[in-house]
Amino acid sequence: MRRFVLGYLLPRIVQWAVVIFIGVTVTFIIPRLSPNDPVEKQVAELMASGAHISPQAVIEMRAALTEMYGLKGSSWEQYFGFWGRLFRGDMGPSLSTFPTPVTALIVRAMPWTLGLLLTAVLISWALGNVLGAFASYYPKSRIMGVIDVLSQAVRPIPYYVMALVMLIMFAYVVRIFPFSGAYPPGTHVEFTPQFILTVLKHSALPALSLVILGMGGWFLGMKSLTSNIISEDYVVYAETAGLRENNILFNYIIRNALLPQITGLALQLGSIFSGALIMEVVFGYPGMGTLTLQAVMGNDYSLIMGIAIFSIIGVATSVLILDLIYPLFDPRVRHQ
Amino acid sequence: MLKIVSDLLKHDTRFRIAAVFLLAVLILIALTAVSPYDPTRTFKVPADIPPSLKYPFGTNSRGQDLFWWMAFALRNSLLLGLLTAAVSRVIAILVGLTAGYRGGLVDRVLMSVNDSFVVMPVLPVLILLSFLLRGQMNIPLLALILGLCGWPGDARLIRAQVLSLKERSFTRTAVYSGSTPLNISLNEHLPFVLPVVFATTIANMLWSIGMEVTLSVLGLSNVSLPTIGTAIYWANQHQALVAGIWWWLAAPIICAMVLFLGLYLLFSSVNEYIDPRTRLRLMGG
Repeated sequence: MRRFVLGYLLPRIVQWAVVIFIGVTVTFIIPRLSPNDPVEKQVAELMASGAHISPQAVIEMRAALTEMYGLKGSSWEQYFGFWGRLFRGDMGPSLSTFPTPVTALIVRAMPWTLGLLLTAVLISWALGNVLGAFASYYPKSRIMGVIDVLSQAVRPIPYYVMALVMLIMFAYVVRIFPFSGAYPPGTHVEFTPQFILTVLKHSALPALSLVILGMGGWFLGMKSLTSNIISEDYVVYAETAGLRENNILFNYIIRNALLPQITGLALQLGSIFSGALIMEVVFGYPGMGTLTLQAVMGNDYSLIMGIAIFSIIGVATSVLILDLIYPLFDPRVRHQ
Repeated sequence: MLKIVSDLLKHDTRFRIAAVFLLAVLILIALTAVSPYDPTRTFKVPADIPPSLKYPFGTNSRGQDLFWWMAFALRNSLLLGLLTAAVSRVIAILVGLTAGYRGGLVDRVLMSVNDSFVVMPVLPVLILLSFLLRGQMNIPLLALILGLCGWPGDARLIRAQVLSLKERSFTRTAVYSGSTPLNISLNEHLPFVLPVVFATTIANMLWSIGMEVTLSVLGLSNVSLPTIGTAIYWANQHQALVAGIWWWLAAPIICAMVLFLGLYLLFSSVNEYIDPRTRLRLMGG
């Protein structure tokens, strides 16, 4: 047990802390390296946007911005102040929807992204792995050949372009799915079966796009992983012993190739998350991606900063969770 | 080099498709030298004309010929990809060679930073950065920023190779004959690593061009500069789909697909060629 904690658990937790430390430090340094003074830029952009602001309000805003960006005092004081506020969960007020706190906006958007992402990742990962194993176990199958070619063709296409194509195909050309949003505008958000059904219908297309884009990678990965396993002695033995093919496929082949795919999932989470943000922008889905778009359009610097930090912490924590449940799948780590 | 290309052309379908696609892209890029209009100028041609012989990709609502806009866009996007790849290759090679050769504490620290970069969601950070630099963004700057974010996966790959090279006898011979670590890394190990570097260069270009599309669509790059991303940005700004000007979106989407598929197929073909086992299977040798 001690060896497990020291050899497995502790390094993972340290790595988690390092990721967050580097991420937060980078987000702290970036605005200070920028040639623009964010406060002045912000004030200038707000003025230029045509909003009527009294001189008194400008002075107040400048003070509030300086305070909020933590630009008071020496660099070190600023840096520690930054961490202090972060620990209290305070990321300042949003500028475009002043004075709603950034944290409140993010907390409102988070469940949407989480729901979409979790569903899409689980489906694409499971489906990709099972189909990948099928493809290498039955190399002559026509359907698998088609999936193989499609996976290779879809894999390099950037998320944005792919999402746009899906949107055009299934919301304009063939009008199966609604065009944007997670529910029709004006709908009251509540937990009734009818509302949930509407949301599911609206989420289908973004989720489908994420699944199609994500699945290809897992499919190709699993196919090459299992291509060595199918000729292993124990698989040949299981075949001669007359075990059922399903049994061999799931318990002998997939199970042995699954571990690298779990590690792969942990490593990919960051880019999958980035992909989901883009997907939301295209489909107008009310999660973190749309919030980002809103922040960019409204010149809402504090919101962008909050989203960046929140994403880093969120993804790092998900990776940690995945690392912590990894021993359940890998008996070697478990019995250390 | 020529031998490799002709071998691949003969034996690998993917390489053949990649060659056709990339050749089309290169021809289009070469044509920019004789472009009749400056791509950034608006209202040089009649607006909203569907694709025809005169305007192969049609024209947009801003009075620009999409054929020439896309030619310049492909040039700029490809340039961005190459620059980004160059920057991130330098970092990846330096980190990979050092971590692999030195080992110990240096290795652990470098790989810890490396893994943090792998896990981190790059997009929100990039959005923050480009947001701050809005108005000053240009291709070299964007390439530098993307390059600083795009090295970690490949550094790990290079390190893994160096770890095995380090155990080979020629490394020991070099150490005993008094070569410096720098000398060994650059002269003995680097040549072995180069094929991997080449393959990952293409993958990195794919990633950076895709990132540019995302940032441009959000309006975070220099939108007057033609790229694949800004083409989509302008189409969205003018609600091309709602207005029924489908060719305004079709042009960048088709160009992007040809470029991306071309690069990706080249990548996977080269990747397999580098691995001698699969190469033998391919060529039946």
